Amino acid sequence: MGSEGPKGNPEHRAEGKWTRRHLLGLRELDREEILLLLDAADAMTSRWEGGRESPSLRGLTVVNLFIEPSTRTRVSFELAAKRLGAHVLEIDQESSSIRKGESLKDTARNLEAMGADFLVLRHSAAGAAHFLADRVRSSVINAGDGAHEHPTQGLLDLLTIRRRLGKIEGVRVAIVGDILHSRVARSDIWGLRKLGAEVTLVGPRTLLPEVFGRFGVRLSSELDPVLPWAQVIILLRIQHERQREGMFPSLGEYVSLYGLGNARLGRCPPEVLLMHPGPVERGIEMESEVADGPSSVILDQVASGVAVRMAVFSELARLHRRDREGV
Amino acid sequence: MSGFYRLSGGRILDPSRGRDEVGDLFVAGGRIVDPASLPVETRWESIDASGRIVAPGLIDIHVHLREPGEPQKETFASGTRAAAAGGFTAVVAMPNTRPPADQPNTIGWIRERAREQGVVRVYPTGCLSEGRTGEKLAPLGSLRAAGVVALTDDGSCIQDAGLMRRVMEYAAMLDLPVLEHCEESSVSAGGVMHEGYWSAVLGLRGWPSLAEELIVSRDLLLAERTGARLHCQHLSSAGSVRLIREAKRRGVAVSAEVTPHHLALTDGDLARYDTHCKMNPPLGSEADREALLEGIIDGAIDLIASDHAPHCSFEKEVEFDRAPFGIVGLETTLAVAAETLVKPKLLDWPGLIARLSTIPARLLGLPGGTLSTGAAADLVVIDPDLRWTVNPQAFQSRGRNTPFSGWEVQGRAMLTMVEGKIVWRL
Ligand SMILES: [Zn+2]
Repeated sequence: MGSEGPKGNPEHRAEGKWTRRHLLGLRELDREEILLLLDAADAMTSRWEGGRESPSLRGLTVVNLFIEPSTRTRVSFELAAKRLGAHVLEIDQESSSIRKGESLKDTARNLEAMGADFLVLRHSAAGAAHFLADRVRSSVINAGDGAHEHPTQGLLDLLTIRRRLGKIEGVRVAIVGDILHSRVARSDIWGLRKLGAEVTLVGPRTLLPEVFGRFGVRLSSELDPVLPWAQVIILLRIQHERQREGMFPSLGEYVSLYGLGNARLGRCPPEVLLMHPGPVERGIEMESEVADGPSSVILDQVASGVAVRMAVFSELARLHRRDREGV
Repeated sequence: MSGFYRLSGGRILDPSRGRDEVGDLFVAGGRIVDPASLPVETRWESIDASGRIVAPGLIDIHVHLREPGEPQKETFASGTRAAAAGGFTAVVAMPNTRPPADQPNTIGWIRERAREQGVVRVYPTGCLSEGRTGEKLAPLGSLRAAGVVALTDDGSCIQDAGLMRRVMEYAAMLDLPVLEHCEESSVSAGGVMHEGYWSAVLGLRGWPSLAEELIVSRDLLLAERTGARLHCQHLSSAGSVRLIREAKRRGVAVSAEVTPHHLALTDGDLARYDTHCKMNPPLGSEADREALLEGIIDGAIDLIASDHAPHCSFEKEVEFDRAPFGIVGLETTLAVAAETLVKPKLLDWPGLIARLSTIPARLLGLPGGTLSTGAAADLVVIDPDLRWTVNPQAFQSRGRNTPFSGWEVQGRAMLTMVEGKIVWRL
């Protein structure tokens, strides 16, 4: 891991500077901006592994505002912020006054008044990050908003693929599962397409409406024909709730159609990469031995996650300081 | 005592009689008069209408006045002032109030309060089902006796086809139009925007056009069978327009309306999660919008109504999922309709006035919609060239919830007169 330095990447063309105050999604980023963040993540990793500190957030305050709980993502952001020397404030659903009926707007305004420089927002409503970004002066980082986007997850998936395969252009990626409700799928699709990967979405019609064909991807309701083609398979989390909503008949039927076990793995190219945003529901999206097997790069994704979040913080901080200090 | 007015040198447009000519229009005793019938020494107060359009007052058959029950959102006073400022001389009030207008005494209360506090005419409608719950017939006969001009559960839609059949049979017997909010709720369930490309991009729960089209289809069959007069409210989908057009060709007694926002905006306008673009039914795709324009031009859709739905500002200042549906429209309808229909030459001014006045009046059997001599002087003077910027802070309505804030538009009501009384002057 981390063997691919920026110089070894054919896609390293990011010459421009980061110019956005917020990171809300990958759809609005262009190819150069995405590459800039990936390169910055690689640079962060080399520096960190070389034992050199990079306190680019010293003196700044990061508020992790997780209205919808997610321990993994929260910890990853926390670790990234602390490594860069920030003060980190954790606000979860339990401790926030949101539960007492305070509006998201009031909460954000209050945090801002207390001097938050970054608001890392996780929220169950799509558009919540846009909502905040339009109303506060802090930099907003979208850590997942409903079924909309999860841009740092998209970036860490791109970084993981690039580190393993050395490139993203032309790579064949299958994304499998509940596309309709997945913010990870959306961020992955935008990121992969902008960097020139070929993408096939796989899932039952109820969770993969035809309209996704307009995203520049191919659609399949069958997994088996896609297996020999894919260099990367991203499996999405299936929520039991969808079965209650009548989106598919039973988990058993889902597993038989889309679950990845050893038999299906045998039909994949031997060097296939298996990815999952976690947490994996073993026995559903993938069998346990597959999740822990040699094709799985799930732990690489976790490591990439911290690097990507450090990169995002530092790029935003540069701009943030310039805005604030008028430098 | 109403005054004596001479509206001079305007373009007099009266679609009820196919009149379109430059001239003077005279008002006396609250009526449109022939000056030759009055003594020569009559002293007319002159109103210069040159370069302007003099038209029958606009009639909006789809307005939420929020009284009784929610005066913080709108009142008879503020809502009818907004109507007057928009060029409307009459509005039809929807019955989804608190309590719902499903009892004759509520209708009585509305009529009385509206008369006392309103500056334009207010016509009440009554509910189809008791409490608008879609379970049991409301007392339709007593509602008619109390003075409703139509029946509707607007805001929701009776799901039970058996009950709807009874509703239509009753309405046909009473000769009252049924105004239908077409929404099959098991299909629209949880939806907050049009289901399509943009809902897929934005990750918002989609609301398929199918929800509207299923009810349009069902109601067309029921109307055909029962002889009821069906009016489909705020159409939003290409499929619905096609269904209505075909039914009209077959001779079904159906009519339909479209809002200015469905003519002007699409689901792409939600790209920044603007809750001012959240409405019921949701804004459709560009293809839907084009079909609606086509429908209003060829007559598949009869008229334009605002679906004026005021909400408090804080209610819209929330995450998209949580915001209420609806926007205000009384003060922007004329200009937005002119921008989307007259400016691109899809309709001329007489065509637009017909769809905003003459046709709505005829459809619900309301007075107005005409400048005939002897008719009540319900009229509007429009400056078709006046360019202005929509500023919700300047609205007469208590509602500020509009997606058109900051829009540069053209065309505005300069003067509105109800029964010879000037109720709005810019
Ligand atoms: Zn309605």
